[in-house]
Amino acid sequence: MARYDVLDHELVPEHVVLDDDEVEELLERYDIKKTDLPKIGRLDAAVKELDAEPGDVLKIVRESWTTDEAIAYRIVVDE
Amino acid sequence: MSLEEHLDDSELPERLREKVRATAEERSLSDEEAVEVADAVYERYEQTRIDPLEPVGTVSAQSIGEPGTQMTMNTFHYAGVAEIDVTQGLPRLIELVDARKEPDTPMMTVYLEDEYAGDRDKAREVVWELEATDVLSIGDLSIDVADMQVAVDLDEEALEERQLSREEVAESIEEELDVSVDEESMSFGPDSPSYRELLQLVEELREVVFKGIDGVERVVIRKEEVEDGDEEYVLYTEGSKFKKALKVEGVDSTRTKTNNLHEMQKALGIEAARNTVVEEIVSTLGEQGLEVDIRHVMLVADAMTTTGDLQSIGRHGISGSKGSVLSRAAFEVTVNHLLDAAVHGEDDDLNGVTENVIVGQPIKIGTGDVELKVGRPGGD
Repeated sequence: MARYDVLDHELVPEHVVLDDDEVEELLERYDIKKTDLPKIGRLDAAVKELDAEPGDVLKIVRESWTTDEAIAYRIVVDE
Repeated sequence: MSLEEHLDDSELPERLREKVRATAEERSLSDEEAVEVADAVYERYEQTRIDPLEPVGTVSAQSIGEPGTQMTMNTFHYAGVAEIDVTQGLPRLIELVDARKEPDTPMMTVYLEDEYAGDRDKAREVVWELEATDVLSIGDLSIDVADMQVAVDLDEEALEERQLSREEVAESIEEELDVSVDEESMSFGPDSPSYRELLQLVEELREVVFKGIDGVERVVIRKEEVEDGDEEYVLYTEGSKFKKALKVEGVDSTRTKTNNLHEMQKALGIEAARNTVVEEIVSTLGEQGLEVDIRHVMLVADAMTTTGDLQSIGRHGISGSKGSVLSRAAFEVTVNHLLDAAVHGEDDDLNGVTENVIVGQPIKIGTGDVELKVGRPGGD
């Protein structure tokens, strides 16, 4: 049985782990706390491929239906 | 100023820029004309943007709710694609926003890898790997009560088609039922002669899956057109075991889909589940001839997936976790909610709509949420 690659699936958008500076900039831009961000589980199929830790912020580049790409952010949490 | 420079300066989204460029090209507009068009488009774009403090959730609820009243109430189980029954209409919509653990009619759309997609025989191979083969599809059962034996009269043709050997069948039976099988006659019986145990064995034998995935009941092959006029075989399955199906040889694991949201989340993550919510809702509404702006559907999908887990809309999910005492009390079992709140000394910050209506204050939506400050002339 072959293994499948989660991140290759067309329904899975690109997930990128942000570094500290980028997180800082993001929180400042929207004037929010890290905990205000939408969440994503540590055991989420896509997160497992990234080796991200709880507390990391992911940038998700969605292919949008209304514009070319829409960028969303999620914070990795313990489930 | 050329159109390109002008577009670079504007805040138009890429998709609209593309359209402006295409129109300028098509009508062979001069630079000035094109810039004028771009400006007009931008103005219109600004007008269509959501105003600050607009209650988008309420607008979405109305925009999906109203067409929802026109949907069929009955589950018309008619052939959706390729003779496979799929729940449609209102029941399906409810199922989606409820984030039901298992849909009424689970279904997968299985795309095949290149070398399988064009060849019917190769596609068949994948079908046998997916479709659960039970004993009745490879032979007939006979029960000999006198000798306390169950015999399977194997159909050689069916075996060959599924690339199963007699040994494999015998092995599966031995493993699953814990009996020894005589391979010659394909018969076996209980350890001790007991009529009850014999019937028990027959029952169990019917459950054994010899090939394929348990839970995938039926697979239909369909030839479909791909964009550039080419054709490919696509499989539709009744029953969904998404994670297992993705691992099957020949299955294109980059395009294969399921209509079970939870399986999607487990196999591909919450973002894939979000996409599936949107696609399923749009297609459910679309099949009924209803067109709802996709932005409303996206808002619903976002609300359902913000916690990283699928949450249902409604009392048990998102709206059930409301913070305000008054708003909860206004909804159901008023006295209990008020009593509990009093006992626990709960506060109500009066942030929501319901609470403020109750106490007779302006609601914090739209102009109700704007506070003005008197400024001095010349001051800041």
